[in-house]
Amino acid sequence: MIRVELPAHLRTLARVNGEVTLDVTGQATQRSVLDALEARYPMLRGTIRDHVTQQRRPFLRFFACQEDLSHEPPDAPLPDQVACGKEPFLIIGAIAGG
Amino acid sequence: MSGVRVLVGTRKGAFILTSDGKREKWDVTGPHLGGWEIYHLKGSPVDPNRLYASQSSGWFGQQIQRSNDGGKTWEPVGNKFVYDGVPGTHQWYDGTPHPWEFKRVWHLEPSLNDPDTVYAGVEDAALFRTTDGGQTWQELSGLREHGSGPRWSPGAGGMCLHTILIDPSRPQRMYIAISAAGAFRTDNAGKTWQPINRGLKSQHIPDPTADVGHCVHRIAMHRARPAVLFMQKHWDVMRSDNAGESWEEVSGNLPTDFGFPIDVHAHEPETIYVVPITSDSEHYPPEGKLRVYRSRTGGNEWEALTKGLPQRDCYVNVLRDAMAVDSLDKCGVYFGTTGGQVYASADAGDSWAPIVRDLPAVASVEVQTLP
Repeated sequence: MIRVELPAHLRTLARVNGEVTLDVTGQATQRSVLDALEARYPMLRGTIRDHVTQQRRPFLRFFACQEDLSHEPPDAPLPDQVACGKEPFLIIGAIAGG
Repeated sequence: MSGVRVLVGTRKGAFILTSDGKREKWDVTGPHLGGWEIYHLKGSPVDPNRLYASQSSGWFGQQIQRSNDGGKTWEPVGNKFVYDGVPGTHQWYDGTPHPWEFKRVWHLEPSLNDPDTVYAGVEDAALFRTTDGGQTWQELSGLREHGSGPRWSPGAGGMCLHTILIDPSRPQRMYIAISAAGAFRTDNAGKTWQPINRGLKSQHIPDPTADVGHCVHRIAMHRARPAVLFMQKHWDVMRSDNAGESWEEVSGNLPTDFGFPIDVHAHEPETIYVVPITSDSEHYPPEGKLRVYRSRTGGNEWEALTKGLPQRDCYVNVLRDAMAVDSLDKCGVYFGTTGGQVYASADAGDSWAPIVRDLPAVASVEVQTLP
């Protein structure tokens, strides 16, 4: 079970409160977690990564276990603490005014 | 008694303003889709409770929302806008080639006869269509690929397709406008397009009378006379009496012919409205006086409409999609400002009053006349 924390606007869009929990088959990676997230919540497709290139949108970052994982390869294993559900995978929107 | 529903898109959500036919007392709901930029929302002419909204964010990209109950509830539908083939390049601000990149939907134009069919004008400029209520979108790529695309360039707001007009008498005919490319027409439902910019003069391009490259801000037509078009260009108010084949300037006695919106009275095809703005570098009304100008002669002769509008210290802008008319008698006219006011006139512009004063900056205003 993987725990994912979404930014407020995406929680509203997906109509969820608090963390999302996902069952991910196979190894937990950015790609497998986001695939599972988008399968459960299709309205999130295109909001975290580009529809076509699958690149992370530029104003978003991925954090976990006090580390910035944004520039890790999408198929790199996530930390064990994330894979076993002890720590959440954080999707963070850039801080900006307006 | 009939009524009106005013659909307002703002930088931080959508608002819905409703009133009966007197248009004196208003009910305001919102923000709907709060916190997101709502560039535009519009209802289906054949099913007024079917609304579509363009919801976007610099963080999370584009969403399309659909309502089946007049805006009380919303559901996200398809948000995948992918250009046909390899989209190539257009001109960047400095004239160098720049790849076509989807950024957002500026304008949604529901079909005149099918609530599931909607056209979307997007940035970077292209036209998309859905025929399944917004679930999937396909590009009508004949526009972008008609040949002049590499010479299109962005205006300050981006290279946006912001105006879509469907000819009610010839459904195969549509007009669109792009900033800064110009106006285009199709006579075969979007398969092929031709630029319709003869008569436009733009000093900001190397050849001021080129066939494309003009910064058209808005086009309007009257349903009963769809071959007559009115245009607010970057500078100049223009008119065409031949479906865009040629244009003549009708700025006449306007205090400035720069501005963004233009619209036509619901029952008088020669009565048109603009909101003059000081200049392209000063996006606020001349002398701090917010004035709508009305021509009852299809242009050239204009009168200032000021009753109820601020006539001092007013420095808001009115964006291109932020003016609309209802079809009651007398015709109602509405516009929203970057200062968050939505003004309404229930007497064709003779007098005005704010419906709301303190919304986020208004990007768009549409009006539905309800039975």
